Amino acid sequence: MPNIESLSFFLPELFLTASMVVIILVDVFMGPANRNRVVRQLSLAALAVTAYLLWVQTDPGEAIFFGALAVDPYSRFFKWLFLIATAVIFFVTPYTSQLLKTARHEYYLFLLAVMFGLFLMASAQDLIIIYLSIEIVSIGSFVLAGFLKGDRHSNESSLKYVIYGAFSSGVMLYGLSLLFGLAGSTNLFDVQRALASITGPGDLILVAALLMILVGFGYKISMAPFHFWTPDVYQGAPTTITAYLSVAPKAAGFALALRVLGIAFGDNLQFPADQWFPVGNLAIGTVIALFSGLTMTVGNILAIQQNSVKRMLAYSSVAHAGYMLMAVTILNIQALGAVMFYLAVYLFMNLGAFLVVILVHNKFGYDDIDDWRGLGFKLPLVAVPMGVFLFSLTGLPPTAGFVGKVYLFSVLISSQQFWWLAVLGVLNSVVSLYYYLRIMKVMFLEGEPTGETVSDHPAMTGMILALMVPVLLFGVYWSPLMGWVRASLKIFTPGG
Amino acid sequence: MDASILTILVFLPVLGAAAMLFVPRGQDELFRWIAAGFTGVQLLFACWVLWAFDRGSSQFQFEVVAAWIPSFNVNYHMGIDGLSMPMVFLTALLSFISIVASWKITKAPRGYFALFLLLDAGMMGVFVSLDFFLFYMFWEVMLLPMYFLIGIWGGPQRQYAAIKFFLYTLFGSVLMLLAMLALYFYSDPHTFNLITLISQAHKIDVMLWGIEMKWLIWFALFIGFAIKVPIFPFHTWLPLAHVEAPTAVSVILAGVLLKMGTYGLLRISYPLLPDQTIVFAVALAVLGVINIIWGAANAIAQVDLKRMVAYSSVSHMGIVLLGMAAVVSVREGGTMAGAQLGMNGAVLQMFNHGIITAALFLLVGVIYDRAHHRYIVYPSDYKDKALRGKLGFGGLAVGLPIFSGFVALVFFAGLGLPALSGFISEAMCFLGGFSTFRTLTIIGTFGILLNAVYFLRAYQRMFMGSPNERWSGLSDMSPREIGMLAPLVIIIIFLGVYPSPALNVISLTMNNLIELVNAASSLAGM
Repeated sequence: MPNIESLSFFLPELFLTASMVVIILVDVFMGPANRNRVVRQLSLAALAVTAYLLWVQTDPGEAIFFGALAVDPYSRFFKWLFLIATAVIFFVTPYTSQLLKTARHEYYLFLLAVMFGLFLMASAQDLIIIYLSIEIVSIGSFVLAGFLKGDRHSNESSLKYVIYGAFSSGVMLYGLSLLFGLAGSTNLFDVQRALASITGPGDLILVAALLMILVGFGYKISMAPFHFWTPDVYQGAPTTITAYLSVAPKAAGFALALRVLGIAFGDNLQFPADQWFPVGNLAIGTVIALFSGLTMTVGNILAIQQNSVKRMLAYSSVAHAGYMLMAVTILNIQALGAVMFYLAVYLFMNLGAFLVVILVHNKFGYDDIDDWRGLGFKLPLVAVPMGVFLFSLTGLPPTAGFVGKVYLFSVLISSQQFWWLAVLGVLNSVVSLYYYLRIMKVMFLEGEPTGETVSDHPAMTGMILALMVPVLLFGVYWSPLMGWVRASLKIFTPGG
Repeated sequence: MDASILTILVFLPVLGAAAMLFVPRGQDELFRWIAAGFTGVQLLFACWVLWAFDRGSSQFQFEVVAAWIPSFNVNYHMGIDGLSMPMVFLTALLSFISIVASWKITKAPRGYFALFLLLDAGMMGVFVSLDFFLFYMFWEVMLLPMYFLIGIWGGPQRQYAAIKFFLYTLFGSVLMLLAMLALYFYSDPHTFNLITLISQAHKIDVMLWGIEMKWLIWFALFIGFAIKVPIFPFHTWLPLAHVEAPTAVSVILAGVLLKMGTYGLLRISYPLLPDQTIVFAVALAVLGVINIIWGAANAIAQVDLKRMVAYSSVSHMGIVLLGMAAVVSVREGGTMAGAQLGMNGAVLQMFNHGIITAALFLLVGVIYDRAHHRYIVYPSDYKDKALRGKLGFGGLAVGLPIFSGFVALVFFAGLGLPALSGFISEAMCFLGGFSTFRTLTIIGTFGILLNAVYFLRAYQRMFMGSPNERWSGLSDMSPREIGMLAPLVIIIIFLGVYPSPALNVISLTMNNLIELVNAASSLAGM
């Protein structure tokens, strides 16, 4: 679709860009007195309008901007996830004591910019846009991770993020350029056609390109062994940003990785389909399976030793990337659905867990696990939801995390491949129980009911309880969520 | 009523737990009464089900089927037969009695009673589910309240005991999850329905890692169930959890939770994978005998009364396994009657052991509440040097006549004295076992002897001899305590003299299962 016509299908992103410009201008001409408040309200309003535009958006039936972006139900599913995550973070930011001393007006702006990048990542089907969108997200995230200017951990976090990010996106860019060299086009479908026709010496380049691209995606979703930045960045960044990074860019990374692997490296253009075969019989599934097994094991084993709750959750988010990668080994329509379902569930449970970390930090200034002692008796309205989130992360019924895991395992078992990975996956769940239970233990098993309770922050507690609802609801009745996922399993394919 | 009764049985306690959320702070009295009220009504419903249960039918009764998640073919499917009926009644009865036994809980009563009700719901759900997915959900849901009940309200080592229990059982159940999904995806059309799977599962004809898939599924299920029973060598969580748990939780653990392992084997492994069951029966008998001897030998060595009772559970569950192994009696040169004796005896022993061990733990709780210790003999590393190696009690019969009467009766039931319920079911299991695995059963019967050793010796050391001055001021059992033990003792005596009512409920289903296992098998006629 030509550029001018495409604009009408690009309204949410366009509006986001325009509102960012407006917010910058308002910010400049506004006195410092109520800058934070006004910018936050404007940003929330911008989110609301974006949500409305996304809601009324129609399917163009073809890729827009000459094939660069796909506005399909698949991308829209992820855009809703990003909107929810951003809205939750906007909502809790003024209640985060870490951020009270900083000038938060820029913070909202950067979050909007990151969200814009995430929107592009979900839609991108052109090598240039893919790289561009990842960079937009990364650069915004670098700044946000270092937003606590006086805090050395935050500075360290930002710097590490920059160095790792620059390195891995450089490797990825090289991989993308190899693809371009093979195909002579930046469009994913053209790349697929070119790859499908390669035989012989091209294979090595193909493998090199694949691995280099996996480095880039691996960095975004914190797949081992490209996860080394995760714990430090997660620990040092402001907790709101950690929460955001752990769900939104990870989801976008998966969205993009699935699209690129599925289309460009599939042996035909039909994606998603009941069965998926890699181009040139590359052992993509086996490679992903090895990464998956490594990622979940490394994440879980290292999480056991952590004493900082934030750091523990960082490693747990590595492990969860590993679980989701289990389904990527198969990459059929069922696998795609399982990953999307899990990402939606993961959004709620992980955001919820991090909000509790924020609230506890606000109240007690604690991040060390031993300082959570007796929280179950002091702040039951927060500790009980935390328990629900942790059990959901472990994958125990009746929580949505259990259902999500069942779908992930189902992918492997129904395809009758990679049984060892399924066994490794369930054993990892048992390992993960150990460290999640450590938090449960200090919250509920240690300390005595003294009868005294700490006043809980009503807005934060309300938000935490609101996030607990879907985790429990989708644990016993997940048809609505699964229905939405299935309806979103339509990826734009030209002529298909 | 018929279609919704099981739903009521399962979710009534959940309603009770929800109701507790609305009780204002400081109304501790109310929590107990809510819990007692809801479990009491549940028990009444369970009694009604027992009364209305058609003993002449081997079909599932009170069946309810409703689509739950159609896209995954998960159904809300419940029903009971002669195998689940005794377990349902046992669960309702012990839950109610446990609430009464928990009357003195003062630490965070809202949480305690709410978790107890959720535990009750989970257990009830396991015994009535006929959809594997539903079964699995309830199976896992049970773990959470159990973890907290041991971990918050337990003894000094409660944290370690709780996490060990949780990790062990989760390890077993995740393997079960894989087995469940494999069964689902190998059936055509895909189903979790445990009745449909009977005709589907044995058709699986795939190899993995050079092993038949059916065997892998069997072992995954077996490990999950074996940890619950617990079968040696998976039993190490049990003594710890039992000793650290508060009295009422020990009652539930030993009385109901252990039965889930054998229930799962009989409900899922036996009918779904009969070939594997038949081949494995010898191993099951061997494991059963090991459990009998190992549990009893360990019980003899214990100086802590509660630990002794915990190990006696290991021993008694071994008898259940031996009875279950008799399903292959005809194949091993025995008779159909032998198989029937063994299998019926196994289910009856599950029920009887539930009642007897519950009574045992309650009695341990009674003395612990008064003396704040429960040593038969003080251990050699006891903190008070003067007491090391001395008798913990002695001559209690003088000061506590009612208590010692109850203990004597329940101990005798535990060691299998004729005319008490334990004798009947143990004899049936051994007779069934004898018709099938002669040598093994002969070894196993020595377990009875060992059981008598520790029960009688404990009784002698605690209740006989000259009264111990230290414990002269102990009060005898209160009306509440007599009230909670009386129904158990009545059942023990009644089923000991006249077991037919219970066997009538069980037998048709079990005889059917024996035929199913032997006939559906491709090994038939071998």
